Amino acid sequence: MLLIECPYCGPRAEIEFSYGGEAHIDRPGPEVSEEEWASFLYLRENTKGVLAERWRHAHGCGRFFNALRDTRTDEFKAFYEMGEKRPDAEKKEGEGA
Amino acid sequence: MQKFSAFSLARQALGRHLGWTPQWRSVAPKPSYDAIIVGGGGHGLGTAYYLAKQHGLRNIAVVEKGWLAGGNTARNTTIIRSNYLFEQSSSYYEHALKLWETLSEELNYNVMFSQRGCLMIAHTVHDVQVFKRHVYANRLNGIDNEWMTPEEAKAFCPPLNISPNIRYPVLGASLQRRAGTARHDAVAWGFARAASDMGVDIIENCEVTGIDRDAAGNVTGVQTTRGPIRSKKVGVSAAGHSSVVLGMAGIRLPLQVNPLQALVSEPVKPAFPCVVMSNTIHAYISQSDKGEMVIGAGTDSYVSYTQRGGMHVPAHTLEAICELVPDFRRLRMLRSWGGITDNTPDRSPITAKTSVPGLYVNCGWGTGGFKATPGAANLFAWTIARDEPHPINAPFTIERFRDGALIDEAAAAAVAH
Repeated sequence: MLLIECPYCGPRAEIEFSYGGEAHIDRPGPEVSEEEWASFLYLRENTKGVLAERWRHAHGCGRFFNALRDTRTDEFKAFYEMGEKRPDAEKKEGEGA
Repeated sequence: MQKFSAFSLARQALGRHLGWTPQWRSVAPKPSYDAIIVGGGGHGLGTAYYLAKQHGLRNIAVVEKGWLAGGNTARNTTIIRSNYLFEQSSSYYEHALKLWETLSEELNYNVMFSQRGCLMIAHTVHDVQVFKRHVYANRLNGIDNEWMTPEEAKAFCPPLNISPNIRYPVLGASLQRRAGTARHDAVAWGFARAASDMGVDIIENCEVTGIDRDAAGNVTGVQTTRGPIRSKKVGVSAAGHSSVVLGMAGIRLPLQVNPLQALVSEPVKPAFPCVVMSNTIHAYISQSDKGEMVIGAGTDSYVSYTQRGGMHVPAHTLEAICELVPDFRRLRMLRSWGGITDNTPDRSPITAKTSVPGLYVNCGWGTGGFKATPGAANLFAWTIARDEPHPINAPFTIERFRDGALIDEAAAAAVAH
């Protein structure tokens, strides 16, 4: 079981949280092509490496936050609040979020 | 290839079993092939077999980064059934089930396919309605499925607890009698042996690190840890690593990988006659021929390539099983493990051409690919050989997500993962 650090409540067991999928996805406007809309709906990062993802402290404070986790080891690299930039954004420049 | 029969067994017994030879050839990669299959699991080996057997290709390589059938082929709970809701899915899975019924004879290899029946338990009024709808839909599609009262279910599977006093009482069940289990390793070994006999090269410890293309974008081969291999046709059957391999050709797949866990008990005498699945309390269980209770747990919620998950997930399943089958409360669990499942948004697979000419993909089997092994292999071989899908797998494209033509088994599969 993962140990997840809620930025508001501190470290808690994984069973208190629900997974929110890939972080930093912007909803596009109605003007986009079908490909872009399909990609917003259905295409998610499936990174083998460091992934930015959302968690919700469902059985705690109820708030969403973001985390960086290495999907090869399940080791968390960082926890940060919604709206903050991805902490390793400089390294990932040019690759998108 | 040595044929297996009562006669050959007796003859080898007289020779103290010293005369058996390896069942497939161990080879180094040749510089070029007519087709390369990436992934040496059941699906990949089967694809090579059908390419050789039905489409006349003999110069084929199967490249596998680890050892043969060491991924999800070795990690699943071996359940085979075809009682899916939608016509597209039920014809795909039924195509596979029909191939399973003759596979041992076809391969001259006992895959231990046992049609012991799959009982799906309904625990709520909603379950009852949905399962009855499944029964009717299946029968309209010519697939056997029948509704059973709790008493009939208990007569079919005596260890079931049908007491009305449990937390999620058994309100009825649907039964597909032609469903069952098979021996997972034997399927891969049988396909490998038969494919190798027809000239297919099976190359283990050979990881694909790149996909080569010419100026026009056509596939020209793959880069591997054992050197480059040329081919105009590359079929990717890499399960949990499909996104990684297709990413080498710049293709994004609508997949996310999650760990899925399973576990087995200590072996006991025959005590459980069929496969039992329950969606609502999330449990599925059958007994292997060795005597172990084979139990499938749920998926962990997050994306991960680790092939392991949290203990709370199997614990949840075991709690449910202890209530549904109280006889098993004193069974000790021997082993647990995880695999990485490649899930699509609609929980239906992709067996299709890609936007790159010469590159084909069979993926997205998620938590239920074993049952489809011969069917997926058969249709994927067709797709690669003819450069167009068979009518059965034609709806299972990547583009269905753009076009909105989903095959939405997400809510219709037997167990919600």
